[in-house]
Amino acid sequence: MNIADLHTIREAERNRCKPFTIRCCTSSGCRASGALEVFAELQKQVQESGLTDRVDVVGVGCPGLCSEGPLVESTHPAAIYPRVKSEQAREIVRISLNEPCQLEQLDPGHPFLTGQLKIVRARAGIIDPERLESYIAADGYVGLQQALQQSPETIVETITVSGLRGRGGAGYPTGLKWATVAKMPRGQKYVICNGDEGDPGAFMDRAVMEDAAHQVLEGMAIAAYAVGANQGVIYVRAEYPLAIERLQLAITQATRAGLLGTGILGSGFNFTIEIRIGAGAFVCGEETALIASVEGLRGMPRPRPPYPAERGLWDCPTLINNVETLATIPAILRNGAEWFAAIGTEKSKGTKIFSIAGKIQNSGLVEVPMGTTLRQVVEVLGGGVPGGKALKAVQTGGPSGGCIPAELLDTPIDYESLSAIGSIMGSGGMIVMDESDQMPEIARFFMEFCADESCGKCVPCRVGTVQLHRLLTRIIERKASQDDLDQLIQLCHLVRDTSLCGLGQSAPNPVLSTLRYFASEYEALLQPPEFPGHTRRKAPIPLTVI
Amino acid sequence: MSVVTLTINDRQITARAGETVLDAARETGIPIPTLCHLDGVTEAAACRMCLVKIEGRGRLQASCVTSALEGMVVHTETEAIREYRRMILELLFAEGNHVCSVCVANEHCELQSLAADHGMDHVRYEYMNPKRPVDVTHERFALDHNRCILCSRCIRTCDEIEGAHTWDFAGRGSHARIIADMGQPWGEAESCTSCGKCVQSCPTGALFRKGSTVAEMTKDRERLAELMVARKEKKWSV
Repeated sequence: MNIADLHTIREAERNRCKPFTIRCCTSSGCRASGALEVFAELQKQVQESGLTDRVDVVGVGCPGLCSEGPLVESTHPAAIYPRVKSEQAREIVRISLNEPCQLEQLDPGHPFLTGQLKIVRARAGIIDPERLESYIAADGYVGLQQALQQSPETIVETITVSGLRGRGGAGYPTGLKWATVAKMPRGQKYVICNGDEGDPGAFMDRAVMEDAAHQVLEGMAIAAYAVGANQGVIYVRAEYPLAIERLQLAITQATRAGLLGTGILGSGFNFTIEIRIGAGAFVCGEETALIASVEGLRGMPRPRPPYPAERGLWDCPTLINNVETLATIPAILRNGAEWFAAIGTEKSKGTKIFSIAGKIQNSGLVEVPMGTTLRQVVEVLGGGVPGGKALKAVQTGGPSGGCIPAELLDTPIDYESLSAIGSIMGSGGMIVMDESDQMPEIARFFMEFCADESCGKCVPCRVGTVQLHRLLTRIIERKASQDDLDQLIQLCHLVRDTSLCGLGQSAPNPVLSTLRYFASEYEALLQPPEFPGHTRRKAPIPLTVI
Repeated sequence: MSVVTLTINDRQITARAGETVLDAARETGIPIPTLCHLDGVTEAAACRMCLVKIEGRGRLQASCVTSALEGMVVHTETEAIREYRRMILELLFAEGNHVCSVCVANEHCELQSLAADHGMDHVRYEYMNPKRPVDVTHERFALDHNRCILCSRCIRTCDEIEGAHTWDFAGRGSHARIIADMGQPWGEAESCTSCGKCVQSCPTGALFRKGSTVAEMTKDRERLAELMVARKEKKWSV
């Protein structure tokens, strides 16, 4: 395929449109509430009503409002129908014949729909994720086409100027990472897409891979061209079967169309992508463990340096980026670095996808510019806590993050602000808690998760998390005293300061952040000291990183 | 060969470029405790006993995998580091079933010596008392999982020095354990050459020679490093 062919496909697809389109979400969230039956019924009704040349039924990616699924959208008149059942399919199809419709519709001014800025998820809910043409019609592969007309150095510079930072959690500047790999001597290099999304309650990357698999491939191809790699690996967890299916389909389609493979778009650039399926270990989201897993070894982290940029997969320089990071790349290439850098805050550019879950009215996926306040996301877009209860805290960053109390909801969402209040941006999971949630219980839940997911390599993480879990259990069971609480804090510092990889280093965050903001809940559970008047020395290690 | 100078605990020392902080310190006579480090095999950086403070770096660094650099200022014995080391030792004692008085390696055990060095007179954490098996199926050697601290020295020795790769990890977190081949009893592991290098590499009494009783199992760990040097330099008359 050359550039002219790409253009032809785009025009043909755009002109193919029928007067009336019905879009039905076929992503994992809506599938769980019966979207596939609704989708089949819609197609059947169109057939039976003889409307096949008038009405197009498209299975699309996730529009975001998962709690209201299955979602069906019609174009003329524009309307979104929530919680659609198969029986209602006929009524929706008949709208195209101007028949009146009594179905419940979502308010088009619903803050969840209007309050977002979609860059990465711009196509979700609009294109058919299983058709390459559909993606091409929505300006797909324009970014790659433009990239191939520039020098690799220019692209690295573009990404650097855009200010994009890694969306996997740590927020490392993407341009800097690319520049490091690009500067390694020529030879075999790899690009890895990290799709091992493991935080409980987080499903942003799943949605991106399911809804716009081609966008991930395009981002990877641009990255590969920029750093001089010719092979790519997408590491996806086995728990995401639909994402794997759609990525595999996208790779097949793109390879067949010449958008992957040799001589891409008539240039001299070659790039192939293969999928590696993770067996479901949280630690394999850590880059060195992920690389070990791709190599067929046990998924255990190794000390860095050397960083993967220098010595990664098969000891070759390797660029490893998160799904969302790579899916942001095509838009930056299409619209320019300045456009991207104008969105967000001074140090955190662009948009970020969050999956909001827990005690919240509208759960699902939102994409907002960096710098948006937590309150805006939780109370306006999310619609607040249902049932008239008071919001207590928002947990961001999963087992590596922290709980942010209600009084700090006006904090803007950016890497620095969140870490200043003891949490992290993380990959984008956001769990809302109301007044009935007990913070020590929350901390124990995450600690159990970490103890379970520790690979067992280093002592502080393997043994420390288990001991922390025991201490938290003692506190919750009202068997602990102040001494135990002191020991809990001291142990948190040990695990944080001495663990080998990010899993252990961040495992105490849920405990430390809840202790910081909800200390009274812990203290209320403590038993009086066994020997009153006898004071033991307090935890000797200061609260700052030593 | 280029040489760098660095400061460890206010002492100016020299090191060969590329040498680790741990090796440089030990050559000069500055002790840094280790458990998973073994001369002759690659580093795992798993025990975290060798953590040191390097000025200008936010986190504590494992000295076994940190290269000595020109002008580096290292502290190996701050109060916090000593406390952390003691805590790590206590965690290890709480994790397994370490009963020195009935152990073959009593008085020849690296874990025991470090505990004594660090004044570990009691353990502040709850003992987990795990139910762990003892594998005595091998003709000459035995593996007592109760005393294993998962340092992976046997795994690396078997893989890198003997080339057999009989040992590896299975399970994760607190279920992690050493297995022979695909998890069969050691005596049935076909890849094992019965060379006994793993037994010599083990820091505790987890791997021992059959027939040895309390405090009888001494280990010759220098031999492994000598072997590697001999192979590299083709000098066998040690």
